[in-house]
Amino acid sequence: MSRVALFTSCAADLAMPTPAAAARQVLGAAGVTVEVPTTQTCCGQVALNSGHVAAATTLMRHWLDVFAPYDAVVSPSGSCTATVAHHFTRVLDEPLRARAADLASRTYELTQYLVRTGLLDRLDLALDETVTWHDSCHMLRSLGESDTPRTVLSRVRGLRLHEVRDREVCCGFGGTFATKFPDLSCAMADHKLAEVADAGVRTLVAADPGCLLHLGGRARATGVPVRAVHVADLLAQALDGTRPRTVTNDGGTA
Amino acid sequence: MTDHSSAALEGREHLRPDRPDWAASHIPAHRRPLPLVTREAVGRPAAKAAAERLAGRSADWQQGRWPPEFDVLRERASAIRRETLADLDTHLQTLTASVERSGGVVHRAATGEQAADIVRRIAAEHGAGLVVKSKSMVTEEIHLNERLEQAGMSVVETDLGEYLVQLGDERPAHIIAPAVHLSREDVAGRFARLDGRDPDQDGDDDPVTLARFARERMREDFRRADVGVTGVNFAVAETGTLVTVTNEGNADLVTSQPRVHIAVMTIEKVLPRFADLGVLVPLLTYAGMHQDVTVYQTMITGPRRTGERDGPDELHLVILDNGRSGILGTRYEEVLCCIRCGACQTACPVFRTLGGGHAYASVYGGPIGAVLTPLLSDRAEDRDLPYLSSLCGACGDVCPVKIPLPDMLVDLRADAVAAATGPKAATRRLGWRAWATSWRSPRVYRAQVAAARVVNRALPDRLLARLPGMPRAWARGRALPDPGALPDPEAPPDGPPEREAPR
Repeated sequence: MSRVALFTSCAADLAMPTPAAAARQVLGAAGVTVEVPTTQTCCGQVALNSGHVAAATTLMRHWLDVFAPYDAVVSPSGSCTATVAHHFTRVLDEPLRARAADLASRTYELTQYLVRTGLLDRLDLALDETVTWHDSCHMLRSLGESDTPRTVLSRVRGLRLHEVRDREVCCGFGGTFATKFPDLSCAMADHKLAEVADAGVRTLVAADPGCLLHLGGRARATGVPVRAVHVADLLAQALDGTRPRTVTNDGGTA
Repeated sequence: MTDHSSAALEGREHLRPDRPDWAASHIPAHRRPLPLVTREAVGRPAAKAAAERLAGRSADWQQGRWPPEFDVLRERASAIRRETLADLDTHLQTLTASVERSGGVVHRAATGEQAADIVRRIAAEHGAGLVVKSKSMVTEEIHLNERLEQAGMSVVETDLGEYLVQLGDERPAHIIAPAVHLSREDVAGRFARLDGRDPDQDGDDDPVTLARFARERMREDFRRADVGVTGVNFAVAETGTLVTVTNEGNADLVTSQPRVHIAVMTIEKVLPRFADLGVLVPLLTYAGMHQDVTVYQTMITGPRRTGERDGPDELHLVILDNGRSGILGTRYEEVLCCIRCGACQTACPVFRTLGGGHAYASVYGGPIGAVLTPLLSDRAEDRDLPYLSSLCGACGDVCPVKIPLPDMLVDLRADAVAAATGPKAATRRLGWRAWATSWRSPRVYRAQVAAARVVNRALPDRLLARLPGMPRAWARGRALPDPGALPDPEAPPDGPPEREAPR
């Protein structure tokens, strides 16, 4: 039997643990038992993008050791998946590069995994909700994926996908960019949130905890009536057809 | 000598610059840290309007992507540019021979200072009082206007956007749209003041009126000018043809009316064959403006020949290196493929949100500037520029010659870390290494995750905003994850996954 590992993403572990649990639940409903390796930590992206290559390679090497035994690696983060797919082979030297290329070919973002393995067909999904999809940058451009999330959303009965013009424009998170240039980062989030709110859409869905923490946090801080929901959480809720909780203007949940 | 003064700049003394210091035409030797400059830039109401203007152009781009016919050109252009760089010296020698054969004079300059000095000397030898220019980024790089003005000459930018920026004592805010940060009202205000009118009383902002105002003044200067200075979009080695593209036709006048034409280019602007223009010119105009072709393509091969009515007596070509040959053969070599279309700037959400390129406080802003500037500059603070990016990668998508700008931004950050000196930088490097080592231990990692979750639950945002470092910067503007949204550890099905050890 093939072994599937869940690569949870450290940003999610630290501040947004629901997508990992939800991903596990969704995959479970499709008949796949995922393992969550206890030894996993971080793929090194934050160090790499901060210019600390030595620190990044330390964590990349560790990541390869942790996930090597698995037949497939699935992550609720498009950005973390993209780091493995794009940067590992770019940054690491042989023989690690060959190992990285091999493992990267078996590493998927959650919606990619659901669509490419055909598992999506085994799920019965229903949710009465209008959402917009935020194409997170690394998933869209480094991983080159924009189709599978839309395919997945199209399989949710009752769900309406409202695309906005700037769906592919960065939300301003950018890892440490968000704390290095907070004003700039927040202004970018405001642009994104205003576009969604102006379209009358209350739910923004994406596959990256980083973007979602940033957008959701900004929406609550400024009172914009848009909630940021991870696609795994959305799918977990669609499994039993219950409506997700809605966020009110004052930032509380209802 | 009144006929050598500029008509376009008459009344300039009425204009008081109303731009921030970081937008000034003169770039100071030092600048304040980027987070402070960018904060100021984002806070300006003008930034939002400029962002909207640029977003319109960019959205256009997102819908179209690369149409099949341009996709083909993009592939071919990328190959031509790389092939040219692989044998740059030979192509420059061929270009020099071709230009000389057609009657031009070629000058080589290693530094910006040398190049500016060559131009100043040629202009002075011809007793130039008035110099007209068509749009050129390289002359920004060598601070040519400043140098010529110091020598007592009047210099007029004849590209409308450049003219507006010159009137405001600013740098171009975008490679091909220098005045993108200005509104129509701003333009009307500048023209009214120039004309001695009160903009609040008498500031007609009808575009036709504004264009006529500029045109009438500039026409006069084209007649009066002694020297015309242009940049070069492409220089064809096999024929010695210098190509400039414009939408206003000003390059035609700059190169045909004055007695002397001085063209300034950097070494990487050379193309091997005339036929390469068929690939590069449409690609440049499409990438830059979404135009299939610009209104004017000015192709100059030598000075005026016997029997010709228009054209200069002398043509000079200044070929500038200014640090570029040092990039050849490094992992950043491909940045020299750049054809200055400005597409990466238009596509960059950081650039747009800043209201244009001024906040980069360097000649070139946006992604190309954040890559090129630290490679060419001696200023230590310019090494910070690659951090002024959210690494969204849009610049890589829109680059017509496929420069891997997003990867270069990441690699240049590593260079910045490696080049940083002093105890603070050393401590930071050690800190990152120690962190990475500690995170190889799952026990340490899990303890930190647990601690973070407790903090997220326990500390309100206003308390976090008082802490130093990252949490503070985060809490200033963004709420923490909604505690209600966090799973209850007592309820396993919705809680964080129980991790299983690999067998």
